[in-house]
Amino acid sequence: MANNSMVESRHPWKAWIYLAPAIALLLVFTVWPIINTVRMAFLENYSGLKSVGGTTFKFGLGNFVKVLQYKRFIQCMKNTVLICFLTVPISTMLALLISVALNSIKGLQKFLQTVFFLPYVTNSIAIGMVFAAMFNIVGSFYGTENELIVTAGIINNIIQFFGGKPVNWINYGSTYAANITVMVIYIVWNALPFKILILLGGLQSVNKQYYDAAKVDGTSRRRIFARITVPLLSPMIAYVVITGFIGGFKEYTSIVGIFGESMGPADDKGRLNTMVGFIYDSLSTNSQGRASAAALILFGIILIVTLIQLYVSKKRVHY
Amino acid sequence: MKVELQNLTKQFMSRHKAGEVVTAVNNFTFTIPDGKLVGLLGPSGCGKSTTLYMICGLQKPTSGKIFFGEDDVTQLPPENRGVGLVFQNYALYPHMTVKQNILFPLQNLKGADKLTKEQMLERAYECAKIVQIDELMDRKPSELSGGQQQRVAIARALVKMPRVLLLDEPLSNLDARLRLQTREEIKRIQKETKITTVFVTHDQEEAMSISDMIVVMKLGIVQQIGKPQDVYNSPANLFVAKFLGTPPINVFGGEVKGGKLCIGGEEVLDVAGVSDCKVYVGIRPEGFILREDGPFTCKLQNVEVMGRDVSIVATNNASENPIIRAIIDADNLVDTNAENVRFALKPNKVFLFDKETEERIYLDGQKPTEIPR
Repeated sequence: MANNSMVESRHPWKAWIYLAPAIALLLVFTVWPIINTVRMAFLENYSGLKSVGGTTFKFGLGNFVKVLQYKRFIQCMKNTVLICFLTVPISTMLALLISVALNSIKGLQKFLQTVFFLPYVTNSIAIGMVFAAMFNIVGSFYGTENELIVTAGIINNIIQFFGGKPVNWINYGSTYAANITVMVIYIVWNALPFKILILLGGLQSVNKQYYDAAKVDGTSRRRIFARITVPLLSPMIAYVVITGFIGGFKEYTSIVGIFGESMGPADDKGRLNTMVGFIYDSLSTNSQGRASAAALILFGIILIVTLIQLYVSKKRVHY
Repeated sequence: MKVELQNLTKQFMSRHKAGEVVTAVNNFTFTIPDGKLVGLLGPSGCGKSTTLYMICGLQKPTSGKIFFGEDDVTQLPPENRGVGLVFQNYALYPHMTVKQNILFPLQNLKGADKLTKEQMLERAYECAKIVQIDELMDRKPSELSGGQQQRVAIARALVKMPRVLLLDEPLSNLDARLRLQTREEIKRIQKETKITTVFVTHDQEEAMSISDMIVVMKLGIVQQIGKPQDVYNSPANLFVAKFLGTPPINVFGGEVKGGKLCIGGEEVLDVAGVSDCKVYVGIRPEGFILREDGPFTCKLQNVEVMGRDVSIVATNNASENPIIRAIIDADNLVDTNAENVRFALKPNKVFLFDKETEERIYLDGQKPTEIPR
């Protein structure tokens, strides 16, 4: 065969017609926005409204400098990075343990699989509202003398049941640490189903004979997990970690889900804002230039983190 | 280490019909003498692998007992039995080097058996030398050929110094030439280490060529146990006769009448002492003698010259197989244009089986095989 193409068509233009709808959509909604983002990021103080009004903008790095000088942006970056580096390892470890456990049981496996998968098909804003209710306080810590702590959400009820002191998780006057704890619990819980799905799929494709061989050799369960299961799953683990980080850097909806658009407790709005949140806010004030610059910075961070992970996983991921 | 199986039975619940019980191994009693190489042989589904896994401990027998020497190991988990198992597809850990694979079982040892790093390495290299892979210690399994992977798997099984070595279809994943070479290798390794070895195969040639003893199984029931040559020379029933030997045995429908064996109306052999009955007649390909006045007439179809031997392909109406194959010396020239060939038969290569039970009817001068001790 001289021709390299798999299927040779007598009418090549037919293929283009079939592809046209997809290509048109991609050009309009993906390719052009990407190009436009880069363009706007380098036009100083670019604003869509002013642009329509006939203003011209100077080409330069001004947007980037401005973004990095914003204290709010630095706070957003801190929040995002913190959430990433807390939630990804925790959710990956938990997902690994749960999928190994799920894989080893027989009876209720299908049922439990469904249970663990439910968060995936549930709207994250809805989940957020439930979580907010769970961590909420009804009444106030700092109310009048007659109304100290009235009733707390279910989490505080549980803490009180075991004799602990209720914590102000997300309300007026709550601490940053408490806020982040709630966010981490919520994001981890939300991230589990996808990771479990991938890891369980990986586990089920592992040849059972490796485990038989390990059993004949008298390998302890912990050693089987560390020396056989994890290495054999390493490609899936790498995939889950990398996509987890990418998702983590794009975190936004879960904050909205719990704190609403104020992105923080009532006394410190925007405290938990993330990088995507910053971009969103910039857009809503018609500062497309600033938003684009922030988006490119976010893109750069995700790219670097992913490249590092790919480099590490090349060394650590087996076969 | 002598391995004793007593009334070993394994039943499974049927996967197809609820409540139905499938008997994979039925009342298997057998003693494997110390230091011997024993082949479990049979077609797929005969229970040979199940037997192996029960000896190994990965499967628990439904009833019956297993002894290693004097120890009853029936209830012991595999790791406490001191067995080494080589899997059909080797089950080498793909993410570890050859060295790590071989070291793996040693690193599991606990308590009094625990070895120092130097001892482990020494043992690993010792085993690697026996199977001749000590040059490949730093490679990954994916960088090895099938035969080399096989050796690594054997080394991994040997390194624990098992009391019993178990091999599950050890040669089935190798190509034809490597298979020949590896089976010699297994024999050599077994002789060198003197470890009692059981292996499973569906390939009769493989079993015959290296085993000290073979066990022929069918549908969970042991058909015959003995030295390979003995079993070949004196099969206990029609199944064993058909299963062993390449080219396969020729089977005819026949009859014993007045001390004569008749096939298709011809009296082909004197079988004094056998009472009249309908029989299957099994004749090994080498059991034919080409003779112009021979009593057994067959239609000549083809003559295949194989150098040392000549294979005569013929047909006969009484034959159970579509063709008959007789192997004779190449010196006996055959007229390839003739319509018929006539044979005389070697009595010790002719086996009679009861038409109903398919059990062997022994002629004068033939006797059942003995189970070696």
